[in-house]
Amino acid sequence: MTRITYREAVRQGLREALAADDRVVLVGEDVGRYGGAYACSKGLLDEFGAERVRDAPLSEAAFVGAGIGAALAGLLPIVEIMTVNFSLLALDQIVNNAATLRHMSGGQMSVPLVIRMATGAGRQVAAQHSHSLEVWYAHVPGLKVLAAATVADARWMLAAALADPNPVILFEHALLYPVEDDVDARPAGFDPWHAAIRRPGRDATIVTYGGSLPKCLAAAETLAGEGIDAEVVDLRCLRPLDVGCVLESVARTHRAVVVDEGWKTCGLGAEISATIAEERLYELDAPVARVCTAEAPIPYAQHLETAALPSAARIAAAVRDVVPGKTAAAAAPRAE
Amino acid sequence: MSEAAIASVPEAEAWPARERCLALLRQMLLVRRFEERAAECYQQGLIRGFLHLGIGQEAVAVGAIAALEPDDRIVAAYREHGQALARGVPAASVMAEMFGKATGCCRGRGGSMHLFDAARRLYGGNAIVAGGLPLACGLALADRILGRPHVTACFFGDGAVAEGEFHESLNLAALWVLPVLFLCENNLYAMGTRLDRHQAMADIHRKGDAYAMPHAVVDGMDVLAVEAAVRRAVEQVRGTGRPFLLEARTYRFRAHSMYDAELYRPREEVERWKQRDPLPLFIARLQDGGRLDDAALAAVEAEVAAEIDAAVAAAQAAAVEPVADLLRDVVAPSSPEPQT
Ligand SMILES: Cc1ncc(C[n+]2csc(CCOP(=O)(O)OP(=O)(O)O)c2C)c(N)n1
Ligand SMILES: [Mg+2]
Repeated sequence: MTRITYREAVRQGLREALAADDRVVLVGEDVGRYGGAYACSKGLLDEFGAERVRDAPLSEAAFVGAGIGAALAGLLPIVEIMTVNFSLLALDQIVNNAATLRHMSGGQMSVPLVIRMATGAGRQVAAQHSHSLEVWYAHVPGLKVLAAATVADARWMLAAALADPNPVILFEHALLYPVEDDVDARPAGFDPWHAAIRRPGRDATIVTYGGSLPKCLAAAETLAGEGIDAEVVDLRCLRPLDVGCVLESVARTHRAVVVDEGWKTCGLGAEISATIAEERLYELDAPVARVCTAEAPIPYAQHLETAALPSAARIAAAVRDVVPGKTAAAAAPRAE
Repeated sequence: MSEAAIASVPEAEAWPARERCLALLRQMLLVRRFEERAAECYQQGLIRGFLHLGIGQEAVAVGAIAALEPDDRIVAAYREHGQALARGVPAASVMAEMFGKATGCCRGRGGSMHLFDAARRLYGGNAIVAGGLPLACGLALADRILGRPHVTACFFGDGAVAEGEFHESLNLAALWVLPVLFLCENNLYAMGTRLDRHQAMADIHRKGDAYAMPHAVVDGMDVLAVEAAVRRAVEQVRGTGRPFLLEARTYRFRAHSMYDAELYRPREEVERWKQRDPLPLFIARLQDGGRLDDAALAAVEAEVAAEIDAAVAAAQAAAVEPVADLLRDVVAPSSPEPQT
């Protein structure tokens, strides 16, 4: 058992992948000499050389597309895009090529590619560096989408993604990089394609992923002090969604709150709550609630950014609202 | 890039009048001292997020903008304090923006990387590398179709040259005959990637040839050379309506953003470039030319210091936007005024 940061977990995953298979290459802006915009590839250039740890020019469409081509021809590329915001310059390659080639070719082509990118707000870097666009990729058939919310997932998800024959988008939340946790040897049967219950509970299900997980766990702690026992489900895989885990949890708790740092309109929360309504409507004791980011580009000023984002307080308040019977006992005045 | 290429850049032909020289000096000093102060404010936690300093590159923004008309348009990237200040956006307004205050030029929504000022025709402040070039084409297209005589000056870094948007925009501007001055601030690095590691053909201005676009290169550490080169280029753009690609060779003295280990460049290289610091270089030339004495320099320094002190004090005292206005200005409440 060692205590490492999420950042170090990503780095160890990359290092292990490069060491394990000569077909693995790491491509991206400043992954080499600079050591990665978030320092996730420090030392890898020295260890594996410039042929396999490739600094790319500022050409997201070209180097992502080249990653797709290299995957078609037998490499196992890991492409790093600094943040999801810049991935929009490569959206065409990801959506029109990576996601479609297997299908359009009648199953002849395979794109075993992993695209890693940072996502999320909370650092006052304003609207062009802060958006959570995971759902854009989760919308697209042909892609798989993972989001690492824990240090262990940051450590082990990459290998699973690389072992998958499909293009996998792997999200790392920028605020999680300094988070520390104990990491064991790779757990037997490690399976990132299914959701995980991070905190069991009886009274309500909080469904989340990525950078919102710590906020949800904090909210659940607060609620526990008030006598509300919330279950926290970390989706981990946003496509294909592990609806089974969510529905099974809701069938036990009869209440659901979806927490997503993306915007509410047409977002992941809409997908989850629609699925719950389709499959378990009569199990629900309250309407499904959503806690999402305010419908605005993320502002720079700290107080505005904080107000725009889901917070443990907002999450706890949303859970209290769907568990009305229990709140009477803890009728302390609320923030919202 | 070789040092020889820099040395071969022609000197500014003629000296502008003394008042113009002093105005350039004042702006260079304002930008330099403003950014030094901003770095201190960052250390104190008063400014947050990313803060990209253009220290070492002041001659480009100051020299270029001095050669533009007030109605010309400016598109910049995220290292754009110099462009904003040189365009006359008050230091207090920029500082307040970086403090996230309601009195900032964008009411605290944008911060350091997103400085806008419609009245001064500053169209940002763009943090997507090369994101501004297509906008510049569109601004120029509107001016062309509406028969206006304006030029759009578009600033971007050497890193942007690798993006498709650079090539697409140059082609579009040449093809559609758009009055854009593309101004590349080549500081030799895109974050930690040196020019020759991101460009197969590193003589950036010559990329204009691929689009039948006239081009030139200028010493970006010499404010008079920049001013003269931009004046010539802008005259040509205004006269012909055709775009122009100007490369200014310069250097960033500080880290890419506030902190980086600078593992990607040798300290001696930075020190060598500091010998060509545009500010002392210009001061020395003015002094040698008898255009500046110690008293005049001290007076300008004092004036600039007072302006920045006042800007910081005002930014600190200013109120923030109410949280209730979080959703303000996301969409227009009604049909917008036609823009000029
Ligand atoms: C499309 C896009 N990709 C990546 C980034 C991350 N990034 C920010 S600045 C930068 C380097 C840009 O270098 P250059 O254009 O030379 O400008 P300079 O920083 O030297 O002023 C990179 C890679 C970004 N902002 N936008
Ligand atoms: Mg540069």
